[in-house]
Amino acid sequence: MALIVELLAQGLQMAIVLALAPLLTGLVRVVKARLLRRRGPPILQPYRDLLRLLRKDVLLADNASSLFRTAPYLIFAVTWVAAALVPTYALGLMFSWSVDLIAIVALLGTARFALALAGMDVGTSFGGIGASREMMIASLAEPAMLLIAFTLALFAGTTQLSGIAAYALTEEIGLRVSLLLAAVALVMVAIAENGRIPVDNPATHLELTMVHEAMVLEYSGRHLALIEAAASLKLLLYLSLIACVFLPFGMAFGERAPLPMLLGLLAWIAKLGLLGVLLAVFETSIAKMRVFRVGEFLGGALMLGFLGTLLLFVSRGM
Amino acid sequence: MTDALAFDIAHLLAGGMVLVSFMLLYQDRMNGILNAFTLHALVLAAAVAWQAHIQSAPHLYLTAVIALGFKAIVIPLALRQIVQRLGIHREIEKVVGVGLTMLAGLGLTALAILVVLPVTGGADAVAREDLAFSLAVVLLGLLMMITRRNAVSQIVGFMSLENGLILGATGARGMPLVVEVSVAFSVLIAFIVFGVFLFRIRERFDTVDVQALDRFRGDRG
Repeated sequence: MALIVELLAQGLQMAIVLALAPLLTGLVRVVKARLLRRRGPPILQPYRDLLRLLRKDVLLADNASSLFRTAPYLIFAVTWVAAALVPTYALGLMFSWSVDLIAIVALLGTARFALALAGMDVGTSFGGIGASREMMIASLAEPAMLLIAFTLALFAGTTQLSGIAAYALTEEIGLRVSLLLAAVALVMVAIAENGRIPVDNPATHLELTMVHEAMVLEYSGRHLALIEAAASLKLLLYLSLIACVFLPFGMAFGERAPLPMLLGLLAWIAKLGLLGVLLAVFETSIAKMRVFRVGEFLGGALMLGFLGTLLLFVSRGM
Repeated sequence: MTDALAFDIAHLLAGGMVLVSFMLLYQDRMNGILNAFTLHALVLAAAVAWQAHIQSAPHLYLTAVIALGFKAIVIPLALRQIVQRLGIHREIEKVVGVGLTMLAGLGLTALAILVVLPVTGGADAVAREDLAFSLAVVLLGLLMMITRRNAVSQIVGFMSLENGLILGATGARGMPLVVEVSVAFSVLIAFIVFGVFLFRIRERFDTVDVQALDRFRGDRG
């Protein structure tokens, strides 16, 4: 019986991240449009886009290899697995022991690798540009992410996300400058990884500076739907990650009881909504930076992560 | 007020100084540098005032007030004036390799921590940590002085170095007040001398880029 409840709880998370991801994307778009005094698309538009794309035929380039056709499924599957394993509404779900923060970074790295290969597969110049830029950003974002993981591991004594959130929920933490630095660094990495505004512009595919959109330019139909869904899931994953580590309030832990889980679910949705609105406000208030300055931006994240680790190391050394 | 919280706040403020030192290294606009320097002095004043509180040492409040008055108000205002009069307030400095400088800074910070923590084994936790961070701030100030070419940024590097010294001095108990006051005044004198020098350099070479001085060094021929 307990096993069935555990399985159901894990299944609920898998279903709910997939169901909510396009809504989150829609919310960010609506808030951005309203801030620009446009009416904007309805909040459910991403669902409609996905359904429409799923019904459409796939148009393949003549020289597309099998890699080009399999990559979208791989990207979607890997991102979905990663998103399902970040604690969202409850701690210690059935599969959460199998994956820690570093493994989630690795899963996302796998998805990125597949996407970059697919971007270069057809041989158009845009795909190549996008892939090379994506790799440049990744090569700076991943070390920063690992340093954040080290900070959290030093802090909580584990790299398991459930363990970190449980530590933050139950222990007396006090005032920790390292956590603040890690939080800022994680936000910067999340912005870069999701191609949000100062790094990349998700709203356009007609710019020479685009990164993500350049790689997926050749995709159509259900392949494009899968890639769009994966992008939404990735945004949801990063916001959940920030919420799980730095705002763990209200998450259900211990015994599976309906009321705490319901409360955890509501708290999680509220946190996602809040972070989504903040993201939209941030994106509206800042200009996109030149591609060559992304290095400085992520170098800042790397530095903050390293400084956080160092400071924590000092206070632990006492 | 628990001991742990007192330590956490001291840690936060001292760590904040290291962070602002990195901001100084990162900035390439003159106004940004001056703003970051003002912030550096404000965090220093807060850190010193917190030390005065947890050590129950009233004379340290005076040090905090000196830091606030001179470092956070008088010197930034004077520097702003100088920068305005030199006409370089909108200048963007070409820093050679921000990434490399930051990496060097991280290395120096790690070095400071690795050097100070083992040798201060028996001391009080707050003092150890303040010493480690103040050494890091001093080294970062030195790094800023050697990586910048603009004389004004070099002055800011020197001043931030001196902030680090004060942080270290307040962490170690028993620093006589007379020493602190005299250090504060000697820094002010140094600042005046710097100011005079800046205008002399500018008068003679039409620039405050210290590379122009290299021609007059004997060893370059």
